[in-house]
Amino acid sequence: MLKWFASLAVLAVFSASGAMASGGGEHKLKHEHWHFDGVFGTYDKAAAQRGFQIYQEVCSACHGLKYVAFYNLADEGAPFYDPEFPNSNESPVVKALAKQFTITDGPDDSGDMFDRPGLTSDKLPSPFANDMAAKASNGGALPPDLSLITRARHDGSNYVYSLLTGYIDTPHGMEIAAGMNYNPMFAGGDQIAMAQPLYEGSVEYTDGTEASVEQMAKDVTEFLTWAADPKMEQRKRTGWMVMIYLFLLSLLLYGSYRAVWRDVEH
Amino acid sequence: MADTTEPTRRDFIHIASGAASVVGVGFFAWPLIDQMNPSADTMALATIELDISNIEEGQQVVAKWQGKPVFIRYRTPAEIAAADAVDVASLRDKQTDDERLIPGPDGKLKPQYLVAIGVCTHLGCVPLFDPNDEKGGEYRGWFCPCHGSHYDNSGRIRKGPAPKNLEIPPYWYITDTVLEIGKEAVV
Amino acid sequence: MSGHSRYDPKTGIEKWLDARLPIIRLGVDTLIFPSPRNLNYWWTFGAILAVMLVSQLITGIILAMHYVPHPDHAFDAIQHINRDVNYGWLLQPMHAVGASMMFLAAYIHMFRGIYYGSAKNPREMIWIVGMVIYLLMMAAGFMGYVLPWGQMSIWGAIVITNLFSAIPPEAAGTSVTQWLWGGFSVDGPTLNRFFSLHYLLPFLIVAMVMLHVWALHIPSNNNPTGISIKTKADTLDFHPYYTVKDAFAIVVFLMIFSWFLFFMPDSMGHPDNLIPANPLSTPAHIVPEWYYLPFYAMLRAVPDKLLGVLTMFGAIAILFVLPWLDTSKVRSMRYRPLAKLFFFIFVLACLGLGWCGAKLPSDLVFATGVDEAGNAVGFSFVWLSRILTVYYFAFFFPILPILGWVEKPKPRPASIEASVLAHAKGDD
Repeated sequence: MLKWFASLAVLAVFSASGAMASGGGEHKLKHEHWHFDGVFGTYDKAAAQRGFQIYQEVCSACHGLKYVAFYNLADEGAPFYDPEFPNSNESPVVKALAKQFTITDGPDDSGDMFDRPGLTSDKLPSPFANDMAAKASNGGALPPDLSLITRARHDGSNYVYSLLTGYIDTPHGMEIAAGMNYNPMFAGGDQIAMAQPLYEGSVEYTDGTEASVEQMAKDVTEFLTWAADPKMEQRKRTGWMVMIYLFLLSLLLYGSYRAVWRDVEH
Repeated sequence: MADTTEPTRRDFIHIASGAASVVGVGFFAWPLIDQMNPSADTMALATIELDISNIEEGQQVVAKWQGKPVFIRYRTPAEIAAADAVDVASLRDKQTDDERLIPGPDGKLKPQYLVAIGVCTHLGCVPLFDPNDEKGGEYRGWFCPCHGSHYDNSGRIRKGPAPKNLEIPPYWYITDTVLEIGKEAVV
Repeated sequence: MSGHSRYDPKTGIEKWLDARLPIIRLGVDTLIFPSPRNLNYWWTFGAILAVMLVSQLITGIILAMHYVPHPDHAFDAIQHINRDVNYGWLLQPMHAVGASMMFLAAYIHMFRGIYYGSAKNPREMIWIVGMVIYLLMMAAGFMGYVLPWGQMSIWGAIVITNLFSAIPPEAAGTSVTQWLWGGFSVDGPTLNRFFSLHYLLPFLIVAMVMLHVWALHIPSNNNPTGISIKTKADTLDFHPYYTVKDAFAIVVFLMIFSWFLFFMPDSMGHPDNLIPANPLSTPAHIVPEWYYLPFYAMLRAVPDKLLGVLTMFGAIAILFVLPWLDTSKVRSMRYRPLAKLFFFIFVLACLGLGWCGAKLPSDLVFATGVDEAGNAVGFSFVWLSRILTVYYFAFFFPILPILGWVEKPKPRPASIEASVLAHAKGDD
């Protein structure tokens, strides 16, 4: 069994080198305690619902969420999951939500595009028709789609949280380019094109939670982490069943091994 | 060395680990099979909601449902009467007109709306509808141009090679003028 | 060892089939053959690799059912698989994490081969076929990493295919890179051909594995003592003794695999690969998958492009001639104190090169001071990788050949059986 420890050690070295690959010269991110952390972590549904409100009222003006469909919002493990509606397409919350949106569809019989109310099967509409339009409307900076943002940055959830709460006064003597804002948490340097999006009371939470900047940043991060990894709860649950099964099987096989080798010196 | 006359207690552990392995492989086989089933985004399109309030009497609209055309036809009272008058015994696929309809939210049949999958039961062409009764076939319903099947306005096969009436999809009336196709009414 | 078959058909059907298609005989003779009785757990990685190969094949064939090899759709397809396809969230990471796990097992398998002299006479062909498998794995792994069409995919493909621009067009008769790309840059045609080849290579690997196993059945397994099988008392039948031991080891390995798969599926990948490919914007820090990092470090250790490429490929090429570089009469380094020492330094050098590969060459291992401009100065990773690259090659030549001459091996047991009885509870 010593050898297994040795191989585990090799594994540890490799994962450490992988972790080192991820270390950059960035500023120290704030490390929040997240409900989804750890091998038993799940999403905080209430926080994720509030986070969706932030996304809708603030972020979605510039940022898309193109890999998320309306029905996804009521899937198992999602912010609006309701066990009464195992088929998320029938969730009244999602149906009502989808209807509020206007989707361009087509072409129709005469070859024209037309507008229709959203369906649960539609993806959340992006604010701009394409990247070029997005850049043109944002002074040349492209607001990234947020579907994968917490997985597409190092330590992504903490990064998003740190960035949203990272707008501080510009240090004395620092030149800020036109249209840029000072944020030392930004991965692309200290200056970011996005102006501070969240201010105290930017939204009025429907559940009465106080809308401090930290609270809103935390909630929207919870939501975006779900959007990037919507199957996390399912995956961890399955993982535990697999681990327990493999552990029991390894005990049985070890017994088998001992039985086969019982009379053999080795 | 192992031999064939071992006590059963020693065999048991091998049977147990063998069986446990087989069970594990069996569980793992399910994801491999299930991944070929329609994915969640396809299933999200398995049912469609359709507002039929703007169909005019005597007209039909064609909706696309699960990749197939669905005819929704607003029949005139004369057409309904003609469909009811047919001698069912004389039909190839014996069905009354009422059997091809479903009740609305008030529990009564809605004979003005005939909903049928627009796929000829012969070889899968899409039958023609013509409000001017020129191309709709001898029975003023639908006519399949591929091999000349004639359907009446209830979608029943009357003449030609098709063996069955036009299939009725599962659907229900959410309201008097909104249909959901792809699902039976929840009773 | 492969001379006499252990299969004895009993029923009429078995005899009938055996006379026409002796496939049961093939199966039995593959599994029941005399193996040294002292194989330790390092010998289970062959079976682990076989399981990982099958896992990669199954998940890969499934992913191909849902994947679209087109620059406009490839990235979306991976998201579609992870979000919409039934159990896609399990099968796609299983393939991606599985590739890392397979390389991990392969490296352990190779280090074991070097340590115990498994590459040496009479097993040179097993080793060489194994190296071919390793090369095919590297090619398959590289092309597979391109398929998700994220930022690391495209920039990895651009960097690696540009290695071939070291070949002057006059020598090849055409621009080698344009030929590889099917265009003027890494784009749709490149992605499409990489997909085709990525699907092909595993089947070549399967064919090579068959040769690897066939070649193994000629002299049978090497063993921790490195001493050849002399009598029947030295051996045990592979089945059931090693099938059950391998099965146990496989399940333990699957537990490690599952831990990564279910609880940290992103740890083996790079966040930049979840940003869609953009041929106009290079990520700040391009790193390959961890299993290529040592070679990447060697590439960057050499200041000249062509020499860097040659060094990198040379590091793999030299492995092919290892059986003839290790000139010692003794196979196992268990009885070679000096070789053992140099081997462990070699393992550390490989790990160190991996570390260097993950860092920017200009990053500092440790700082010694500050220059006039206020920047830290000290020992940089490019120098560490240079030292380690030199050791990597020096280990194969001249250290191994010289050790064969000068080293005085420790006394070895008379036979495998004697070794087993001597350390009945021993651990090397």
